[in-house]
Amino acid sequence: MEKNIEAVLNKYPEGSVDNLIPILQDIQEVDGFLSEESVVKVGEYLNMPASKIYGVATFYNQFRFTPLGKYHIQVCCGTACHVLGSATVLEEIEKNLGVKSGQTAKDGIFSLEVVACIGACGLAPVISINGNFHAKVTSESIKEILDNYRNKE
Amino acid sequence: MSFLIKVNNKEIEARNGETILDAMERQGIQVPTLCHLKDMLPSGSCRMCVVENAKNNRLVTACSTPVEEGMEIQTHSSGVIESRKTIVELLLSNHPDDCLYCVRNKNCELQDLSEELQIRERRIKGVKNNIHLDRSGTSLVRDPDKCILCGRCVRVCEEVMGVACIDFINRGSQSIIGPPFDRTLNTSSCVNCGQCIMVCPTGALSEKSHFPELISMLNNPEKTVVVQYAPSISVSLAEEFNMPAGGDISSIMNAALRKIGFQYVFDTSFGADLTIMEEAAELVNRIENGDTLPMITSCCPGWVKFAEQFYPDMLPNLSSCKSPQQMMGAVIKSYWAEQLNKNPEDIYSVAIMPCTAKKFEAQREEMTSRGITDVDAVLTTRELGQLIRMYGIDINNISPEATDSPLGFRSSAGKIFGASGGVMEAAIRTAYNMITGEELLKFKVEELRGLDGCKEAQLKVDDLTINVAVVNGLANARKLLDKVNNGEKEYHFIEVMACPGGCINGGGQHIGAAEGAVEARMKALYDIDDKETVKTSHKNPEVIKLYKGFLGKPLEHTSHELLHTHYYKRDVIL
Repeated sequence: MEKNIEAVLNKYPEGSVDNLIPILQDIQEVDGFLSEESVVKVGEYLNMPASKIYGVATFYNQFRFTPLGKYHIQVCCGTACHVLGSATVLEEIEKNLGVKSGQTAKDGIFSLEVVACIGACGLAPVISINGNFHAKVTSESIKEILDNYRNKE
Repeated sequence: MSFLIKVNNKEIEARNGETILDAMERQGIQVPTLCHLKDMLPSGSCRMCVVENAKNNRLVTACSTPVEEGMEIQTHSSGVIESRKTIVELLLSNHPDDCLYCVRNKNCELQDLSEELQIRERRIKGVKNNIHLDRSGTSLVRDPDKCILCGRCVRVCEEVMGVACIDFINRGSQSIIGPPFDRTLNTSSCVNCGQCIMVCPTGALSEKSHFPELISMLNNPEKTVVVQYAPSISVSLAEEFNMPAGGDISSIMNAALRKIGFQYVFDTSFGADLTIMEEAAELVNRIENGDTLPMITSCCPGWVKFAEQFYPDMLPNLSSCKSPQQMMGAVIKSYWAEQLNKNPEDIYSVAIMPCTAKKFEAQREEMTSRGITDVDAVLTTRELGQLIRMYGIDINNISPEATDSPLGFRSSAGKIFGASGGVMEAAIRTAYNMITGEELLKFKVEELRGLDGCKEAQLKVDDLTINVAVVNGLANARKLLDKVNNGEKEYHFIEVMACPGGCINGGGQHIGAAEGAVEARMKALYDIDDKETVKTSHKNPEVIKLYKGFLGKPLEHTSHELLHTHYYKRDVIL
């Protein structure tokens, strides 16, 4: 992980504070999340307190602070999905996994995230698991979908 | 360039580039503020200071809007009052309702605003905050439920102290202020200076209280409870009792402390005299032996932790001397205990300090030798005020008393420790004597006095020129140390105080001090120095006696064991 961070930082040789968000994005791209270690490293590199970086990172929805699960669930909360009940879907998944949006279940199998429109409005309400879309999900079908993934383990 | 603007239909002078608030303040026209901090850039986030621009009937923030020629401002139109009221109602909507149990009850800006704006009903009901209380630190307690997100603590921590251990986290209704990774203060880079408490409008930040243990000790017949108070306490406590700033009430304080039940009362200025004996000797030693220079003072525990975190390479530059509080504590439980035939384990030693970081210092493990802590409990100036009120003591109606002896006499050099530059001045007086064997003709070093963040002086001692610097406010220390590190500046001796102005403006002092209070406290200390005759630590007869009968010489074995310490690099999130 440390090497990954180094590699990202090497892409920004000027070490300017202006690059903070691109750096964080790159790290998340590589590691899947922002670890404490990486935030501290970026702070050292940009000469910026960790509190400031954490403040910036938590301001934006795009940054995660826990590693992704093996299966990453994105619940679409775009307009069409919202109208067709994505809130209930999210609630059902949260109950099923015992985690909130932005978190990873303790067993590391699932992680959950709420996203804006993923451009599949015709399939609403839709969820995506590792990029595979599951269309017209209902509170009933969710259990089945999640169990299918669980059974693969 | 100045021009006229109209405020409430009356013309007032405004200067180019200033804000509406600046112009109005000069004329004594008041509007409420919350996020505003004097002498710092405006943030304009709370919108408490809105005023109406009569030309377009729009509301603008007085703190962040620059004046314009021909401006017409209304400060209390019905729209303005309504708007301010709504802001406070919104702030109250998720704020806990436990004012009666709050550390800032009767001294809270939110309470004051609610009262001033006559808020009499709960019009907006929000979900109450329910975030963990952070009691992890040794000095500070963080209660994010009570935080109204004005951001003053964040700015002081970053801009004045150069620490930046807290910032805004999350966004919108989820926002809180706290250390990175939602950790607790004890693993952050917080230096416990308490300046955040000084600017917090509510009870979201406060000092950790040692009251329950203290009160049980005061009532324990097997314990001898002794107390020492820092040089700046006697010139600051008056304000806790609505008296004007800068009055020296040391003898009244002695009497009040005895009434509370402290059996022996000491002035930490004696400890300061001891610090000077050791520190001046160390300086002379370092200069003569060509050891690590510049030597940097170590009496400020906020600064010491700052150095341990941010400047670990400079730890050899820090004087190995303990602070006056710890030296005083150490001699109380050794020399004094011996003199009075007391068992050190039966002594409960309390220190009253203008400082929250002293609570941290007292519990550092280096400050305990052979299982005996130098100091057992630390109270701030504010807490002393509370204690005096709790014990029902009328300080306006009490006969003055003196401190206890031995360890009761202090020089005025020890007393000026409370002001930024004081330690340096006191050290110079004694170091001069140690080098030349003579006394300085002029004790006052004018360049080192005052509230400037960074002060410098050059001193001639025989054919040696000594360069010294004094900084206060850790952000200033950072600037100076960076200059020292890159070779831009060279000094023999640097005094660092974490708080702006020194201990007289410490994080344990009266909250809501009047304008000019810090200057008044400083003046009071220097007035004492002007008036008194024993102006040097090495002329303090009780210090001389202590060395003769117990310690030997400065830096010798006993002194070394009791009065010196060491520092180490800290592993915290920077």
